[in-house]
Amino acid sequence: MIDEIAARFPYWATAVLLVVGLYGMMGKRSLVKQVIGLSIFQSAIILFFISGSLLEGATIPILYSVHGEGHANPDDFVNPLPHVLMLTAIVVGVAITGVALSFLVSIYREFGTLDERELLDEVRG
Amino acid sequence: MDPQPQLPVFIVGAPLLFAVVVPVLGRVWRHSAFLIALATVAVAAVASALSLELVLRQGAFSYYLGGWAPPVGIEYVIDEVSALVSLVITSVSFLVLISTRRWAEREAGDRPGIFYGLVLLLLAGLTGIVVTGGLFNLFVFLEIASLAAYALVFIGGRKAMLAGFRYLIIGSIGGAFYLLGVGFVYFATGTLNMIEARELLEVTENARAAQVGAVFIFAGLGLKMALVPMHLWLPDAYEHAPSSVNSLIAPVMTKVAAYAMLRMFLSVFPAGFLSGSVPVADALLILGLIGIVFGSIAAAGQTDIRRMLAYSSISQLAFIAVGIGLGTPLALAAALLHIVNHAAMKATLFLAASSIRLRVGLQRTHNLTGLGPRMPLTMGAFAIGSVAMVGIPPTAGFFSKWYMVQAGLDEGQWIVVAVVLLSSLLTAVYLFKVLEQAYLRPAKPEPSAHHDAEQGGSADAAARPSEQAMRPVVERAREAPFDVWLPLVLLAAATVGLGIANVVIMEHVLLPGVS
Repeated sequence: MIDEIAARFPYWATAVLLVVGLYGMMGKRSLVKQVIGLSIFQSAIILFFISGSLLEGATIPILYSVHGEGHANPDDFVNPLPHVLMLTAIVVGVAITGVALSFLVSIYREFGTLDERELLDEVRG
Repeated sequence: MDPQPQLPVFIVGAPLLFAVVVPVLGRVWRHSAFLIALATVAVAAVASALSLELVLRQGAFSYYLGGWAPPVGIEYVIDEVSALVSLVITSVSFLVLISTRRWAEREAGDRPGIFYGLVLLLLAGLTGIVVTGGLFNLFVFLEIASLAAYALVFIGGRKAMLAGFRYLIIGSIGGAFYLLGVGFVYFATGTLNMIEARELLEVTENARAAQVGAVFIFAGLGLKMALVPMHLWLPDAYEHAPSSVNSLIAPVMTKVAAYAMLRMFLSVFPAGFLSGSVPVADALLILGLIGIVFGSIAAAGQTDIRRMLAYSSISQLAFIAVGIGLGTPLALAAALLHIVNHAAMKATLFLAASSIRLRVGLQRTHNLTGLGPRMPLTMGAFAIGSVAMVGIPPTAGFFSKWYMVQAGLDEGQWIVVAVVLLSSLLTAVYLFKVLEQAYLRPAKPEPSAHHDAEQGGSADAAARPSEQAMRPVVERAREAPFDVWLPLVLLAAATVGLGIANVVIMEHVLLPGVS
């Protein structure tokens, strides 16, 4: 069991973070905590991509002079593409968090609370 | 260089560019916001139409963004299906924008520039989803469209705030699931290009990871397209969104998510991937069948027109999911035809509802008695839209159901046939209820007492007295202004036209597109 988890540690870590994030979004009454849950959820996916790009014993993918030295061996380098993708995903995540937080500011100004149950009572009341 | 292959970039690029320009110009000259936004949508629509024409003449073509060929660069793929869907999205949006201008003026307040900027951002995202050939690129466009939609829903007032926030949380989970699925597919194949991914998936040794990815992708897109039981965000978002927004996002937003789902079947996952040990296709079929029945029954129980139409959307999207789940070329083409048809039908119905609300301020179905003769064009369009939704020939809705029933018969899936026919009956129940009120009942001079005792459902007690007080306005109601009813009538005509032209669309556009 322990070996199994250790062998696939990134997957387990991702799964745990995803569940923590989902719990934050679904189980918490405070809208702020829901946004935090969303952030954790997105971070889990970013970490998943990064962990997938790693190679044992590989280094950063910068090609030094290769004049006349033939092709560089791809096994020597970490895959750079997931990192680039995750830069974009981080930007998307920041945009979502930003919009969510600005929603929270408006909701707080309108209702004076960020507790989901109170807000629902207020709206249905 | 031949100018024509540059067309695809206008479909996405024009809305994306002017989404930034419009808020700036809107500050300087308020009226410019609407005009520029409209012109931009027109450019995108014309580019889509020309692309479609080009595809029909020469076959599918690609556009390499920045000249970088795939798999390094981003590829826009214009085939029959993507050109048609982007044409439908942009032209429906064009008509909706004209028709809802008066609402937008009220609801966007003193900042029309930002409102129309968001609308253009939404369209850039939606058209981007339709034309892109990259898995990750689709995620980015999905989030662009969704972010704009969250903000547009949010501006609809107190209730819309909560609905918009809920929509944001659930929509973001959907996007994140999709991204996670793309991660699995990427690690299984090493590519993000849809066509290349398909080639590699057919020979991959890592099928298990890609199947897990498929499950996540379908869960994510299922959330975005409000597939039962992932639909909980939709009714609130559609009911409380501003009138200028719900007639825009209801026809196109979830439909594009359904299109993305279909694109996964067509272009990414080989057929064997989605059945067998990981039966994604069967799951879609079953959820779709449940959704058709659930959405129709829930719609029949609503008293608010917009909420009723929202549940009806859930049912119609489930219908599209059934087509994707069946997976034969005919079923996929029927699902695509229904995406097109439903965009026109739902736009007609939502626009009619907002036109009614503009003139008489009413949105409860039982308060519309006697409105038919007083707003003939609006209610006439609503009637045509309803008939099309039920699926009576020659309107558009009949033919997508017809092809779907045929596809179900071919596969021996009798339950599909039964549910599709049942859904027509249920649709008739809730839409004809409105028509009966509008046409067959005489206008009541005063609201009768039993209206007050109306079973609440989602109804908000606070809004009811004011609506009751406004009840006599039906007697004084006049037809909506010219610029409101003309797009509405055009859309209603389009639902009939699409029905009449269905053979042409199926044979020349959709069936070649899916095979």
